Amino acid sequence: MVTLTHFLILSFILFSIGVAGVLLRRSIIIVLMSLELIFNSVNISLAAFSYYLQTLNGTVLVVFNITVAAAEVAIGLAILVNVYRSRKSINVEELNDMRY
Amino acid sequence: MDIWALLIIPLAAALLITLVTRKNEDLSSFISIGAIVLCFFIVFPYLLKMLGNPHMEALEQSFTWLQVKGLTIEMGTIIDPLSIIMLFIVTFVGSLIHIYSRGYMHGEHGFSRFFACLSLFIFSMLGIVLSNNFIMIFVFWELVGLASYLLIGFYFEKASAADAAKKAFLVNRVGDFGFILGIFVLYYATGTFNFIELGHIIAAGKVDSATLGLAALLIFCGAVGKSAQFPLHVWLPDAMEGPTPVSALIHAATMVAAGVYMLARASFLYSAAPHFAMMTIAYIGGFTALMAALLALGQSDIKRIIAYSTLSSLGYMVMSVGVGGTSAGMFYLTTHAFFKALLFLGAGSVIHACHTNEIWHMGKLFPKMKVTAVTFLLGSFAMMGIFPFSGFWSKDEILSAAYNADTFLFGLGVFTAFITALFMTKLLLVTFFGEKRYHGHPHESPGVMTIPLMVLSVFAVFAGLAGLPGLEPNFGTFIGGGHGHGGEHHFNYAVATISTAAVFLGIIIGYALYSKKDMHEDILAVKFPKVFRVLENRFYFDYVYDNYLVKKIYNGIAKISNFIEVYIIINFILNGIAYITRQIGRGLRLTISGQLQHYTLVMVGGVFVLMIIFVIF
Repeated sequence: MVTLTHFLILSFILFSIGVAGVLLRRSIIIVLMSLELIFNSVNISLAAFSYYLQTLNGTVLVVFNITVAAAEVAIGLAILVNVYRSRKSINVEELNDMRY
Repeated sequence: MDIWALLIIPLAAALLITLVTRKNEDLSSFISIGAIVLCFFIVFPYLLKMLGNPHMEALEQSFTWLQVKGLTIEMGTIIDPLSIIMLFIVTFVGSLIHIYSRGYMHGEHGFSRFFACLSLFIFSMLGIVLSNNFIMIFVFWELVGLASYLLIGFYFEKASAADAAKKAFLVNRVGDFGFILGIFVLYYATGTFNFIELGHIIAAGKVDSATLGLAALLIFCGAVGKSAQFPLHVWLPDAMEGPTPVSALIHAATMVAAGVYMLARASFLYSAAPHFAMMTIAYIGGFTALMAALLALGQSDIKRIIAYSTLSSLGYMVMSVGVGGTSAGMFYLTTHAFFKALLFLGAGSVIHACHTNEIWHMGKLFPKMKVTAVTFLLGSFAMMGIFPFSGFWSKDEILSAAYNADTFLFGLGVFTAFITALFMTKLLLVTFFGEKRYHGHPHESPGVMTIPLMVLSVFAVFAGLAGLPGLEPNFGTFIGGGHGHGGEHHFNYAVATISTAAVFLGIIIGYALYSKKDMHEDILAVKFPKVFRVLENRFYFDYVYDNYLVKKIYNGIAKISNFIEVYIIINFILNGIAYITRQIGRGLRLTISGQLQHYTLVMVGGVFVLMIIFVIF
């Protein structure tokens, strides 16, 4: 029997993978992908809660999330392309101009 | 309500000139002159009413100005014979001097500013005169100090004028400190500031005499500052840096007399104060009178000579209050206001013509400036106290009061009269007669200046008749009537004879010394160079004050304050806070690495910390 706990554990695992990806990977594309993973782990837990509580609120939120995430990725990738054009690099460690 | 108008009109004039009409010089001067003349016409009916009925009750109006727990401060006016006389002097002499100033200040830079300051002064001075309580008199006391500061420093581009203004202000502060302490002592003992209530409480004998003596001497400190008595007399001669009409109005006729007026106003205190306190006051007055007269001998600046004679006159008045002759003091104040204003305005007219203050650069001006010379002569006779000029009657009253109280003071007074006659004779002879020593072509001043001179000379000659013995009411009974204690005075022929003899001796010696031909410097300076140098240097008072008080004590305090300011406040506290902030900032700056993943790590770390806290608690 698949219970809420299983969904939450799955969500947690995906979230952790995402966080690890954001923290550890140098390629900005991988970082963005990891961010998507975090998003979707949240979506999973939302959907699971929604099912568990027998309401539609969580599900509606998930649909919104997916839409917003799509828009965000579009913008993020657009910026990324421009960064690559000007810097010839997608290494986050080299993009450190915003400091003292 | 027209009493309050006396305060509102000059203040409004001062504000109007400062804020609106400053650019239009003619209009500004007319506003100022209009204000003072209007005040005069408000005061005059009151004077007539009072003269008709000298025993009428004092008119008092007041409102609460400030109320805090356990302390109520009122603003109020009082009209009685004492204040009405003073109001008359201030508005009448003030009007004449305002008109004169239009001629004297013609073409000066800051003409409008001058008139604004004059109106401010009139406002403050009327405030002093009208006050019915000590707090209000103190407030206006400080305001006249401000007006005086502004006017002494009128030519503030000149360093000596700016210094003189600062000196006047600071020296007055010393006296005022004692003044306010005295007010507090009196309030502590009686619980009121109001003059009439204070009078009742003290007359009822509810205050012990030690407290009264302390309060009397402390309040007297205020008069010492304002009326320039020894040892705070040093500011008045320097105050002559201001324009001459200012010297006439503020530093001769009215403001410096405010100290004496205040003593007369507080006569309930001084008639009850112990003998010792009164004698201290009388001796300070007598000493100032003699010292200033001697110093006047050593001066050659026409305004300074008259300034020292003012000091001497003020000493007379204070001595008179000290020996219990309050009404005699007020009488002298009144006649002095006329003849001293006249002398200053005359001196102004001479300065206007010769463009110098130095009497040894004048000489033989009589044929050139007849009106000025004749009025100046009349003023000098009044000042010396020759029968029947006004000064004779008023000085005689003071000398009789001194004669009845203390023989030594009487001798001091007579000797002062002798010296006064001596230096006034010198001033007259050197300025208007003798050799021609001036340069250029001096000519008589315009009518706007000579007419006030003529009006004042009429008063300088005849004002003394108001105190004629046997006249009912004469000046003494008029002033006394409003106070409930008699200003009794019997004409004393012995005193009159002695003082007249002293004056004529002074004139004769003065004539013998200064009427010689071919004289280009002071004969005393030639005959007694050492003595003269001491006089010229004002008994080294200024020297001692400058070198010891100012250089040692004042500069010492300044050094300590400077140390506290620079090292403790600025370097330690202010720069310390800035330094700490900067160091913290420098440390925190290291966390802004620009590395995206560092920030994320901090965020995740934060979430972990929150999770742990959440789980534990």
